Parts: sequence; structure tokens; C-alpha cells
Amino acid sequence: MTAAPPATPLLEARALCFHRQDEPVFGPLDFCLDAGELTLIEGDNGSGKTTLMRILTGLLHAEDGELLWRGEPLHRDRCQGEIVFLGHQLGLKSELTPRENLRVAIGLHGHREHGGIDAALAEVGLAGYGDEPVRRLSAGQKKRAALARLLLVPSVLWLLDEPYANLDRTGIELVNRLLADHIARGGAALVTSHGAVSFHGGEPQRIRMHS
Amino acid sequence: MNPAPLAPACAALLRRDLTLAWRQRGDIALPVLYALIVSTLFPFALGPDLALLQRIAGGAVLVTVLLAMLLALDAMFRSDIEDGSLEQLMLSPQPLAPMLGMKILAHWLTTALPLIVIAPLLASLLHLPAVVMPVLLLALLLATPLISLLGAVLVALTAGSRRSGMLLALMLLPLCVPVVIFAAGALAAAQQGLPWIAPIAWLGAALALAVVLAPLACAAALRIALDS
Repeated sequence: MTAAPPATPLLEARALCFHRQDEPVFGPLDFCLDAGELTLIEGDNGSGKTTLMRILTGLLHAEDGELLWRGEPLHRDRCQGEIVFLGHQLGLKSELTPRENLRVAIGLHGHREHGGIDAALAEVGLAGYGDEPVRRLSAGQKKRAALARLLLVPSVLWLLDEPYANLDRTGIELVNRLLADHIARGGAALVTSHGAVSFHGGEPQRIRMHS
Repeated sequence: MNPAPLAPACAALLRRDLTLAWRQRGDIALPVLYALIVSTLFPFALGPDLALLQRIAGGAVLVTVLLAMLLALDAMFRSDIEDGSLEQLMLSPQPLAPMLGMKILAHWLTTALPLIVIAPLLASLLHLPAVVMPVLLLALLLATPLISLLGAVLVALTAGSRRSGMLLALMLLPLCVPVVIFAAGALAAAQQGLPWIAPIAWLGAALALAVVLAPLACAAALRIALDS
């Protein structure tokens, strides 16, 4: 949070609402996210955190309100490759090893300049598990394998849906460290959580969701 | 930052799907076994009448192979939807249609190709005349990718619904019929010593059209399926 905020924010929501079969899920929501900012989305179970995340990825469309990416309406063609999403479904193939899964992710998303797969696996604490099929890993280890993807592929905005779920204390530390590094590099992140979370480097912006 | 170019992305996806299929080899064996069992049962059910078997051999093998393909069809996108891989694919900076084309190719390579390889065996179990064999293989080489492509569109269309099996079967029938008619037409013509190139050319034309359009339709249908 050193640079002066740019004229147009990275991501902006104006009166964003979502209805499912005429039942309001959330909204209206207004928020802004700049590069180098971290935003925490808080809310109880069923308050629409995951739905909001899926809308921000562009997979789901909100009928009401505006969603702007760099000042223009969010469309998958404009933000493709800049947004990385980590949801409840981790996108890992259970029959493949973490190394193979990461290789596919790099093939599809591209490779950040520094750091190889081994370094990323070591960073998330999976050194020695790189060639084990993902189905044999514990839930926390699977989460860590998915987190390694964040280290390898180029991205601007991280959308992390409940990144702390299934993780032990060192895992929670790891997520906080990854987020701090990403923010320091000038990236932005939106993180959902239903629990109390403390971040390195200052108090994040908070969005409260009510059901 | 190195944005991923298209060709290595296609290769990565194809390799992933082929590796997955190889790790679950039992699933590949199932359609092959099914086709083998059906072809073995025909002579038992119809009796050892050589002339009768020769007459029906081509059509029987054709229908058996196409039905065996359908066994594996509805699994084409299921695991990808369940484990979130499809979401990741959609969020990657790659155009979705060629990526899905790769998935369909991988599906064809793992289900249809083994069936085509054993098709001569199935045909000889039913005493198909040797001169018709090349035409049978050619017809299968064109008809099976066509079924894979058409089937993929329908699987994508029904991906959002819970019990899609019934719907899929109903929707697939009218699309299978022309494929079977043209392929069987070529076989019948070859068996009677008539020129058989016209129905094969029609299959080829339909395949060329499907190769271009089916991945696009798949991409649109899957985006709708996940938008709920």
C-alpha cells in the first residue's frame, strides 16, 4: 500500500446483487479493489461468499449491478489469465501426482518467470510428496498442492475461497505468507472466510455479507 | 510472465487425459469387453447359418461398436466438473473450444480406437467377407469420431442436470441414426460389389463439419451448465 491508488481500481463492484430463482442470495454490494490490496469477505455459511467468488471469476453472471475490471465491464476475454481462482473444488486430478497436476496448470495458464515446480512444492511443504498420487494425500496436503499452483502461474488477482479450510497452523501461516508476498509484488487478493483471520502487514479491507 | 501459447496447452491437456485414462485402464477395457461379448453372442442366438451371419456381420459390428462407445460417453466431462478441473480450464487464458476438442480427441483415442483395433476380430467372428473389411474399418474411422463429437455436445448440454443419462440416450438416438445409415450403406454396397465411396464421403463431410462446430457448441453448452 505504498503507491498512490491508480485512477481506475482493478476491480470494482457497484450495487452487485444476485438472485437464485427470485430468492435474493446477496447484495447490493459495493466495493473497490486496487492492486496491492487484500480484501477479506466475511459471512456465515450460506451468506453467498462462494457465489460472489464465482461471479468474480466470470463463471456466474449477476443480473443486477455492475462489475468492472480495470474500469470496463468484467468479461472473461478481458481478465483471462489475470485471475486465479482457488475454490472448494481444488481442480486437482486425484489419479495424477501433484507434480503432474502442476505441470498441466503451467501448460494451461503459463509459467511465472522464477521458480520451478520443485521449489513451489517445497515452499508449500510438500517436498517429497511430488510423485505421490493426489488421492493418497490428506485433505490439508491436497490444499497445499493447490496452493502451489498460485506460486507457479502468472496472475494479478487471487480469488481464494476458504483457503484456510483443512489447514493446520503452519498451513494457515503459509497462506498468510503467500498472500503477503503476492500483495508485496503488487497483486491483489480477495479471500473468503467465516472465521477470524489475522494477516501480515496491516488490516485488510473487509466486506461483510449478510444472508 | 510467460502467457501459455495454445499448442503446448493443447498438448498438456491431451497428455493429462491420456495419462488419466492409462491410470484407469479398467475403464478402457469395459467397452472392448462389451463389444466382444455381444459379437460372440450373435452366432449363438442366430444359429450357425453362414449366409445369414455374413449378411448381417457388417451392420452388427457397426452397431456393436457404436453402442460400446456410448457406455463411456457420459463420463466425458463428469470427473472434470466434479473436481473443479473444468472451472480451472475455463479460467485459463486459452480458448475453451480447442481445449474441449482435445478432451474429445482423448476420449476418442481411449474408447473408440481400441474398438476399431478389435473390429476385424469381431467381424471375423461373424464371418464378414474379407473384401468388406477395409470398408468396415474406413466407415468406423469416420463414424466413431462423429459419434464422439455429437455425443460430446449432448453430454455438455445435459451436464447441468442431475439425472442426465436418460435424457442423453433420448437425444443421442436421432443423431446416431444418420451415422449408422451412411456407414451401413457403405458396407452393404461393398458387400454387393457396388461402389461404396458416396456414403463414406457423406460421413467424411459430416465429420469435417462436426470437427469445427462441435467443440464450439460444447464450449457454449458447458459455460451455460456451470452458470447456475
